[in-house]
Amino acid sequence: MENIKKLILNTVKEAVIEEKQKLTVTVAYDKLHQLAKALYDNVELPFDVLVYLIGMDRGEELGVNYLLCSSKDLSKEIVLKTGTADRENPLLYSVTDLYETAHYNEREVFALLGIRFINNPDMRKFFLNADWVGYPLRKDYDPNPELNPVSIESKEIVDIAPRVMETADGKLVEDTVNIFGDDDYIINIGPQHPSTHGVMHFRTALDGEIVKKIDVHSGYIHRGIEKLSESLTYPQILHFTDRLDYLSANINRHGLCMAVEKAAEIEVPERAQYIRVIMDELTRIDSHLLAWSAMTNDLGATTAFIYGMREREIILDIFDKTCGGRLIINQNVIGGVMFDIYSEFQKDVKAFIPYMREKLKEYDRFFSHNVIALGRMIHIGKMSKEAAISYAVTGPAGRGSGWSCDIRKHIPYSLYNKVEFKEIIRTEGDSYARYLNRLDEIEESLHIIEQLIDNIPDGDVCAKVKPIIRLPEGEYYQRVEAAKGEFGVYIESRGEKNPYRLKFRSPSMALVSAMPLICKGEKISDFIGIGGSMDYVIPDIDR
Amino acid sequence: MVLNYSQPLEISNLTSWLDSTLRGNLSEFWALLIEFVLVAVVLLTAYAVIALILIYAERKITAFFQARYGPNRVGKWGLLQSVADMVKILLKEIVRINRSDRFLFFAAPFFMIIASMLTFGAIAFGKGLHAIDFNIGVLYVTAVSSLGIIGVLLAGWSSNNKYSMIGAMRSGAQFVSYELSAGFALMTIVVLAGTMQFSTMIEGQRYCWNIFNGHISSIIAFVIYLISGHAETNRGPFDLPEAESELTAGYHTEYSGLQFGFYYLAEYLNMFIIASIATTVFLGGYMPIQVHGWDGFNQIMAYIPTYVWFFGKTAVLIFLSLWVRWSFPRLRIDQLLNLEWKYLLPINLVNLLLMVILVLTGFTLTGLFPGLF
Repeated sequence: MENIKKLILNTVKEAVIEEKQKLTVTVAYDKLHQLAKALYDNVELPFDVLVYLIGMDRGEELGVNYLLCSSKDLSKEIVLKTGTADRENPLLYSVTDLYETAHYNEREVFALLGIRFINNPDMRKFFLNADWVGYPLRKDYDPNPELNPVSIESKEIVDIAPRVMETADGKLVEDTVNIFGDDDYIINIGPQHPSTHGVMHFRTALDGEIVKKIDVHSGYIHRGIEKLSESLTYPQILHFTDRLDYLSANINRHGLCMAVEKAAEIEVPERAQYIRVIMDELTRIDSHLLAWSAMTNDLGATTAFIYGMREREIILDIFDKTCGGRLIINQNVIGGVMFDIYSEFQKDVKAFIPYMREKLKEYDRFFSHNVIALGRMIHIGKMSKEAAISYAVTGPAGRGSGWSCDIRKHIPYSLYNKVEFKEIIRTEGDSYARYLNRLDEIEESLHIIEQLIDNIPDGDVCAKVKPIIRLPEGEYYQRVEAAKGEFGVYIESRGEKNPYRLKFRSPSMALVSAMPLICKGEKISDFIGIGGSMDYVIPDIDR
Repeated sequence: MVLNYSQPLEISNLTSWLDSTLRGNLSEFWALLIEFVLVAVVLLTAYAVIALILIYAERKITAFFQARYGPNRVGKWGLLQSVADMVKILLKEIVRINRSDRFLFFAAPFFMIIASMLTFGAIAFGKGLHAIDFNIGVLYVTAVSSLGIIGVLLAGWSSNNKYSMIGAMRSGAQFVSYELSAGFALMTIVVLAGTMQFSTMIEGQRYCWNIFNGHISSIIAFVIYLISGHAETNRGPFDLPEAESELTAGYHTEYSGLQFGFYYLAEYLNMFIIASIATTVFLGGYMPIQVHGWDGFNQIMAYIPTYVWFFGKTAVLIFLSLWVRWSFPRLRIDQLLNLEWKYLLPINLVNLLLMVILVLTGFTLTGLFPGLF
């Protein structure tokens, strides 16, 4: 990392480098793009993945934190910070030309903090309507409901995007751009549609059956979880993580717990670690089963859908017996887990492992080699490795494009450096690679559980934790591997009992942001199938 | 050759008794009128009842495929479930759609249901249970059943809904394509049987079903007919016009209540019609299994009434259709058209030629072993 520091100082002399939890570099807003480009172009260790883009109101200024890491080694991380003191018309430079994933994130920051990004080709508000009054994540936001009354009138969707562009001679020009052509045949897939896996809205321009362009509208179930968290204590915030990607509820919660535990220096008992990892892997199997089922259903095979549900039921029963919850299990708490495992737990899990292996073979016989299914998946929805990195598509989808991006391997947390498992990587980048990746990851998860289930040590399941936790001042990042990709937690604490700013990185947002790219030129039915293979969950995007 | 096995359970005994009684007491005009009305009532009732039974059977069989129970609350084993559903659908409001073409919107379901009823009338359910027996029966059935597509296209066009429109367009392309294959497959057998009349065709299959008689060629035609017939009914894996996960419900997205009921009914009846035509043309229709010279065996088989044979054979084919539907994922439109125009149609044309050669050179089973079949 010393080389990197040199590189940073060579590029931007006045950059302030601090050694915090991560290497943090603060630069002026007009130097940020230059620095990001230098880091991006660094041949030895290119910082080509934008993990987080966190907009925040720092009080004296409105700013953005960028967490960059290298696609070759995810553990090499660097945080860039910039900001502007102008609260009336805050402008920063966009990094969309380097990181495609910045696109939606910058639009989100604009909606929630009012920062506009120069050179972002489409600066509409994400999540919020264009006419929303105020910027919710600013500390001086006025939440008076009269300002933004609930309307029952339907609003026409305007397909014109404003933007701020910089001309060659350095002048800023405000103009607009039309998203669709004048005579495009546009259908709305969503917000109410059987295959969007939630309230997602794709404006889709069609040429006959062929998808010409997709425009993503999100925010139909935006709940403002990040804003809500700013007024709650850490144990209270835990419950929100379950409501993001509800299918990897336990893993999300694990992420937040670890972030808080690291910050507050709480030692988690060994037994709790084991229970957490076993539960995480069961959750991953559960999520992959549902993804498999939903995908087969998207392709029109209803029976396969039910088969997936049948196996998933057993996992849910195990959850049910452990802690009473099924989908959202409320098991992880700060310091450990809430409930100890029940006496028959090991027996049930051990019975499940061979059963699931048998069923995986059945899935293979029933669907994976079906000639129609193959025709609907192979060479469909191709995503190159470069695209996956640029859009920061992680999880089975990113690994289907040949990008090794498993956080459990790169930045092992909890017990993952003690267990042996394979990272499943395929290089085809099509729907079928993503599909097979999920099935293979179920097998790997079973393998992980197998290694742990007999060795659960005795002891406490939860450390002694004060009812009100105050984190020391600082910035805390935690990245975990959720079922759909990398889930991240960022906490900025100012020593209070609630966070100053809390940000969740959602894997699904990256998955959806890649949809317009990989669906272009495919048939409308394959658009649905590709959506199934990407496996996004909408509450995770909307937060 | 006249065969007089006793067939005590035949309904034709009842109908001929009715006919003679009516004619004995009334003038020919009134006797015929009453018979026509009776036939119409029986056919319409059968239409509805068969649809209800099929819906129940499909739900129950699907449930077993999918490791579920299926309907089991209304009546014993859920037997009354489809009746309850029917009552519900009759009571539901018919929603008017803004800015739709109202006349076409209301007319469309009738095209669908009338086309399938017209075909239904030409089916030979059993000996003497045959409403119309044209000498061009096969041609008639092919012609009338293809009318249904008009209903689908109109529904898609008049609904003022883009999903419906896409569904209807898919359906148009699919129907026109697969109608060809189905027609050619039937023609292959017409060459073999030498007739287009259903009753003659069935009588001709007394000892040797058409599917065995034309061996290679017949079996190919049978498989093609099953595939294209399945495609014509718009059921998975060929359910692109409805494509629940893509187009919500395709061409009938905007229909509710009884109008939707018509489409629903017609879908199930079309499945039955395709299966029964396949039975009639390939599997000897209502004819019991008969073997040359085994008089005792033939008599026993003849005790089982012909309508049981007919429905039994049809049920087997319907089960096949359900099995396929609930096992395969959906095709994409280009794959669907590829299958038809690049594979089925050329195979079909060659097959037709092959059948002509077989018949001309006497290489059919009846031609090769005249004493046996």
